[in-house]
Parts: sequence; C-alpha cells; structure tokens
Amino acid sequence: MIELSGVEKHFAGQVVVHPLSLTIKEGEFLTLLGPSGCGKTTILRMIAGFEHPSKGKILLDGADLTSLPPNRRDLNLVFQHYALFPHMTVEDNIAFGLKMKKLPAKEQQERIQEAVAMTQLTPLVKRYPHQLSGGQQQRVAIARAIANKPKVLLLDEPLGALDLQLRKNLQSELKHLQRSLGITFVYVTHDQEEAMMLSDRIVIMNSGKVEQIGTPREIYAAPTTLFSATFVGENNIFSQDGRLFAVRPEKLKAVRTEDGAKRIGEVLDVLYLGSIHKLIVQLEDEPMTVSIVFDFTDERPWQVGERVGVNWNAEDEVVIGS
Amino acid sequence: MKKSSMGLLPVLLWLSLFLVVPMLIVVGISFMSRDDLGNVVFHFNLDAYATFFDPLYLGIYWDTIVLSILTTALCLLLSYPLAYYIANAGPKMQTWGLAMITIPFWINFLIRTYAWVLLLRTQGVVNNLLIDLGFIQEPLQMLYTKGAVLLGMVYTFIPFMVLTIYVALEQMDKKLLEAASDLGATGWKSFWHITLPQTKSGIMTGSVLVYVSTTGMFVVTDILGGAKSAMISNIIQSQFLGARNWPFGSALSVIFVITSLILIALFNKAMTSKHMTAKEGR
Repeated sequence: MIELSGVEKHFAGQVVVHPLSLTIKEGEFLTLLGPSGCGKTTILRMIAGFEHPSKGKILLDGADLTSLPPNRRDLNLVFQHYALFPHMTVEDNIAFGLKMKKLPAKEQQERIQEAVAMTQLTPLVKRYPHQLSGGQQQRVAIARAIANKPKVLLLDEPLGALDLQLRKNLQSELKHLQRSLGITFVYVTHDQEEAMMLSDRIVIMNSGKVEQIGTPREIYAAPTTLFSATFVGENNIFSQDGRLFAVRPEKLKAVRTEDGAKRIGEVLDVLYLGSIHKLIVQLEDEPMTVSIVFDFTDERPWQVGERVGVNWNAEDEVVIGS
Repeated sequence: MKKSSMGLLPVLLWLSLFLVVPMLIVVGISFMSRDDLGNVVFHFNLDAYATFFDPLYLGIYWDTIVLSILTTALCLLLSYPLAYYIANAGPKMQTWGLAMITIPFWINFLIRTYAWVLLLRTQGVVNNLLIDLGFIQEPLQMLYTKGAVLLGMVYTFIPFMVLTIYVALEQMDKKLLEAASDLGATGWKSFWHITLPQTKSGIMTGSVLVYVSTTGMFVVTDILGGAKSAMISNIIQSQFLGARNWPFGSALSVIFVITSLILIALFNKAMTSKHMTAKEGR
C-alpha cells in the first residue's frame, strides 16, 4: 500500500529521520511509537506531503508521490489539535474535502451522512467547533477525513489532548472504525499502551532511528534492543558475563529460601494493585531494583526490609542486542 | 459579579467623561443658535439642520462619503497583499517589513504631507521628471485635485490597515491551511475559504478605522486639496474656528456621526452574512 524506500530527513544539517525503509500493508493498523522528538511525526508529515524527504521515495499503490503536494495525495491526515475550520459548522467542515473534489451535491450529502453516522455526530451537524467538547471535536476531525474515503488515514496523536477516560473510549471506537472501514491507518503516538492496544504492527522509534518493527506480541515478548525492551511495558534488565538480557516482571519469581536463587535482594516496597501485586526488590550486588509481579492468587505476606531470593527460568531471558 | 462590575467603573467613567458628555454637548449645541458675535445662544431651533440641506453642503457631504469609501477600499486592496506578504515572510523579513511600515511615523505628519506638495506641484519632482523624459510637454495639474486628496488619504492611513490585517493573519492558526491542503484545496481555494474568512475581523477593524479617520481628516484636504476639494471635516473645522458658527458645526458633526454609524452597521451586516458563503463555495 505505502512504501517508504530509503526515506531520510535533515533539518538544518541535523538528521531528524535516519534512512528508513518500510512497507505498510493494505488494511493494516500501523503505529509509529516513540518519545517526543523521535521523528515519528516527521515521517507522518512526509507521507502526508507537508515535509519533503531529503532523500528517498514514498510510493502509494506503486505510484511515486514524493513530489506531489498534499492536496493531490489520496490520503488524509487527522491533526493533533484537529485543525477544524472555526468558521464552518460540523457539516461544512466535513463537506470541505468533498467540495474541493467537486463531487456531485447528492453524493456529498450521502458521504456526510455516512461519516456523521459512523462517528455518532448526527445530532451535532449544525454546531460550530467551539460549541463542541474535545471528544466531539476529535470525532469531527475523523469524520472530515474519512468522508473523503482516502486510501490511507494518517493520525497524528489524535487522542493526545483528551483525558484518560475519554481516550480509552475513543481508542476502542477507533479500532472498531478501522475494522469496519478496512482502510490503512498510520498512527503516531507516544503512548505505548495505546500502541499495543490498537496496532497490527508497531514501529518503535528513538532519536530518528527505527529500533524495532513488529506485532505488539513480538515487541513485548522479544524486544531486540534495550530501548524497545524498556519503552514498551515494564522490564528488568540484567547483565551477566558481558551479555544483556531482559526478564519481564511477571516472569520473575520471589523465593523465601536463598538457595537456588539467581539474585538476592531486600524488599523495598510492596504494591497492591488489585488484580496484581508487585514487589520492588533492591538487589544486593548490583545498584538496581527489580519488580516482580504476582497474580492476585498469591497471598504470601511480604515485609518491607525482608531478604528475598529472585529467580527465573532460563527460557524467559530475552537477550538484547544479538 | 459585583467585583467585576466595579472593575469596569474607571472605563465607564473615562468613556462618559471624554466621549458621552462631549457628544451630548455637541448634540445640544446643534439645536441652538448663534448671536452676531458668534456666541452660542440658548434658543431651541432646527436652523442648523435646515442649513445642511443647501446643495453646496449636500454635495460636500456626498463627496466626503465617496472619498472615504474609496480611501478605505484602496487601502484594503493595497494593504492585504502587503500584509499577507509580510505575515508569510521569514522572521527577518517580517521584522524589516514591519519596520518599513512604522518608520514613516517617526517623521512629523505635516512634513510628510508637505512632501507630497513638493512631489505633485506644477514645478514638482514628478512633473519635472515626466517633462525631462519627454512623456509630457506641459506640467500636469496634480496638486489641488480630488485625486491628490485621495492619494494623501490612502498614503496616510495605509499603515493602519496593513497592521490590523497583519495581526489577523499572524494570529490565524496555520494548521488550518495544512488541513485545507490535506483535504484537496489548492492555494487559491485555501485562501478564499480559510484565510479570508479567518482574517475578516482584521479587515473589518481596519476598514472602520480607516473610514472613520478619513471622514475626520481635514489636514490632508487643506494641504493637498485646495479650495475646491473641501470635505465635511473642513467645513466642521471652519464652522467651529473661522466662522464661529458652533450650532451649524455641531449639526454637521451629528449628521456625520449618524451617517458613519449607519454605514458601519451596513458594512458589518454585509460582512457577517458573507460568513455563511463558505457553504456555497465552489
């Protein structure tokens, strides 16, 4: 569907995006995940046409669109702060793209109806953006984009400005919408949980470089770099005999007897989180703490200050940087 | 609630002391008459308003409206592209552009206006140049015409228009243009459907500012217009100072304030109904 080949971007002599080649499949939900300033938004803006790659090519359905302006690309962007037109009603905002394409009036109406129905905006079509809540504005931004029936929908942190509860609701709506539309979504976020929940594939980025590309499961179970091991989910990193490996907190075991334990430490904190509880252990020989997660059936009474052994199975070690 | 209305008190006091009270005095005087020495006599009558319907004054009244509207329209047409260019230039060019707009203010307004006399008069720079280049044989009469007054007015008020439109353009969310482009709009369509409606408040503020200032300006007409091109403001000024006919001067002021308010209201109405035209844009 979309192919980025050797795309890179420099700003004033600084490399913002290192050479990147990536193929995004049809109907895929692909997320660019990384901390702010990692280059993920720049990649999205290059696909949309607002930035030009310093090198490389971008293909959509086999056609080179590297030098096409944004208004001639068959894809739409949902902006981070929505960029709704303040002087137009919800309806007119959604109609804007259709008018620019000079669609017949009847088809415009049909597409608007369809888009507002999908985003549950039907009662609000006559309102102006400033009369809507953040979540509603966000829906208008999505409706305005999908009414154009783009081949690809690009989303730049679309839920970033909303509070947690609303974000959770909209996440599942977005996932649902993507499934029912069947179009390719390219999603940018710094929220790893959001990325895990929504994506078919995640591209983890750090300082302009791709750290890892994989399904959420692959990334969680088998991170290939130290960055992706620690950025997605909680992890414990151990080094032994010059090699680095990670063990997830739920794979660690705390044992009372000190024999057979791979590490020994002192309980620093006991955290009860409802469905799980967690031990924070300060290791004795290394200046680091590890977290151990128990499921809710484990009722052993741990004391702060207690000495414990930390153990794990060799097959749960994930070697980093091999 | 109480506190916020208390906060308005100084503003209200200021407004009533320096705007409402003087206006009421002018309205009051307009219904009185003058004695032979030019003193205002408290004798209620409508003579001052009756004098206004003299064809001489009606003509000047009409000329003033036409000139003010022309000045506003020309200022708008010339300022928008300039403000647009400055607002979209790089930061360095913006600083320079704004400096170029404001630097003329450092020079006394009268001197700047007399400079136009030097340029436009029969033996002036422009005429001499045209003759030397062989374009004309006889000097053109440029000074003391309505054209010279229009030129002077536009020259005087253009910075106000440029600055208000510049501010409106500068405050506009640039992401809106990206969104328009993303939705398939060309540069021209983005301008028509997004930039123009988004800067309408600046256009309105600038237009009212220029229009009202032009109607009140008598210096430019005095210096560049000569005897034939008097504006209502020149008449008002001479009634208060030279002719010492305060009631007539006041009546002219009242009429012109009302005219301006009506025109501004009509203009606002036209601009706000245009608001909705985004719908029918094709």
